[in-house]
Amino acid sequence: MAAVADVEAGAQAPAPIARPAGRRRSYPVWRWVILLLAGLYFVIPLYAALRFAGLKAFPDIFKQAGFADAIELSLRLAVITTILTLVLMVPTTIYVHLRLPQIRRTMEGITILPIVIPPIVLIIGVLKVAPGFLLSTPYLLALVYVILAMPFAYRSLDAGLRAVDLKTLTEASNSLGAGWPTTLWRVVLPNIRTAMLSATVLTVALVLGEFTMASLALYVTFPVWIVQFEQNSGPVSVAASLLALFVTWLLLMVIVTVGGQGARKRGGAQVSLFTVTPPRETSHTTGEPE
Amino acid sequence: MAGSTTQAVAPEALTSGARPRRVSSALHRALRWLGVVPFGVYVALGLIAPTVAITIAAFQDSTTGQFTMSNFSTAFHGTYLLGLKTSILLSIATAIVPGIFGLLIAYAIFTAKRGQWLRQVVITASGVFANFGGVPLAFLFIATLSTTGVVTGWIKDIFGVDIWNHGFTLYSAYGVFFVYLYFQIPLMVLIILPALEGLRPAWREAAQNMGAGTWQYWRYVGGPVLFPSFLGCLLLLFGSAFAAYATAEALTGGTIALTPIQIGALLNGNVVAGQENLGYALGVIMVVIIAIVMVGYTILQRRTARWLR
Repeated sequence: MAAVADVEAGAQAPAPIARPAGRRRSYPVWRWVILLLAGLYFVIPLYAALRFAGLKAFPDIFKQAGFADAIELSLRLAVITTILTLVLMVPTTIYVHLRLPQIRRTMEGITILPIVIPPIVLIIGVLKVAPGFLLSTPYLLALVYVILAMPFAYRSLDAGLRAVDLKTLTEASNSLGAGWPTTLWRVVLPNIRTAMLSATVLTVALVLGEFTMASLALYVTFPVWIVQFEQNSGPVSVAASLLALFVTWLLLMVIVTVGGQGARKRGGAQVSLFTVTPPRETSHTTGEPE
Repeated sequence: MAGSTTQAVAPEALTSGARPRRVSSALHRALRWLGVVPFGVYVALGLIAPTVAITIAAFQDSTTGQFTMSNFSTAFHGTYLLGLKTSILLSIATAIVPGIFGLLIAYAIFTAKRGQWLRQVVITASGVFANFGGVPLAFLFIATLSTTGVVTGWIKDIFGVDIWNHGFTLYSAYGVFFVYLYFQIPLMVLIILPALEGLRPAWREAAQNMGAGTWQYWRYVGGPVLFPSFLGCLLLLFGSAFAAYATAEALTGGTIALTPIQIGALLNGNVVAGQENLGYALGVIMVVIIAIVMVGYTILQRRTARWLR
């Protein structure tokens, strides 16, 4: 059945508005209308902001007081948050898949909470209960960002683990004499490399854009700096937000492209954020470990 | 360790009929939970403890610390009740509209053949825009749709109409709605894609083999399979819009009556000192509303899981 589907439809994608004859070449109009409308909605405000800021505001950004400190703090928080997130979530997700598959749904429920619990509520609660030594350091934010990153990180990793037959892999590795550390490091982790990449990318994007918590905790991260600086110079502030947006996007494109190429060479899954598409040839066989 | 070796030998034979293991099975079962302890502790400290602390404070008087219900009775009256109503209505609108658009965009890129490049651009852009918000986002729309904005100017040039003279304003719930789409649509694209990937091409093939057209496929196969996850995503979008604070705050300067904005104002001490606990009470109300939404989400997830595995 898998072979038929692949030969016929040419992909894991079902043909859209399909006419039985010649549907391979059909490029329905609605797709372009939707993408064009979406493109306009997303690009026009960017253009408007660019026109307001003016191109000569961009070089000025780097000369502004506090810019370097804010960027440094944001990048540091991004690195710490990413490491903590991976260290906490990768072993947990693997463990749940291998030993406690029955709580996968519960995990999904728990990890979705941070998307919907209002950040403003969460941060005032954290500021209320956090011990003094944590309150006095900006790295408190990194600890809370780990919570915020959970929905994205867990979903990426879960999708990645579902795309490989984890049980067979670990059993094969164990029966070949590898201990658990070797199995994890040399068998499981390389197989979910793309999923870890997706998790990293989403975590970084989240930390670099977060404003609510940082501002209520009174730490000047990059988004907070942009707001404070607006009082000094509107155009420079707008230019800085545009720059941040483009740099983050570029970063994501690079990570995804490079990571995707590496993964394809090894025959792994293809990177996409939030979820990992199983490779085409095997999408039907490896997609369902159970 | 022991469990892993038995599984490696012959999973079915040993798990179903292993008598000698019975004695230590309770201990064994308990030990299996050890692996999720770090995660559990982190969630307990970072998510549950803060929520509990706020709940306790919400039932206390701000100055005396005595037990009181007055925070909640204030929260359900006047401007705070209006804030809750506006927040809920705004969140419903900013769940349904981006939900539909996001689904269409996700489906468009999902089915685009030879569309790897398009796919990657849209997905990475979604990752960035879904996390975009606050003052930078407000800037974008002020530059676009304020009285001197670019699009306002275009409409004036082309149609000779100044939309600001005809009841349009960016700094109201309608304006906020329009701006929220900017991060809600990308979020929908990100969260609906896994569900789309669960639609098996084989189902489509089977439907076509039995003579079903496009409409019949969507009416009887694709639609019913996708619908629960679509609704689940709508609930998430609702939660995301409900929780959003920075964008509306930046756009309206905190003048709009939305619950998160009111909480921010109360806790920054901008209103009246000694009203922090009213802010906590509003926070608890938000969490309760979200909890109701989450229960709905879980029920829908359970229905989806039957098909999408």
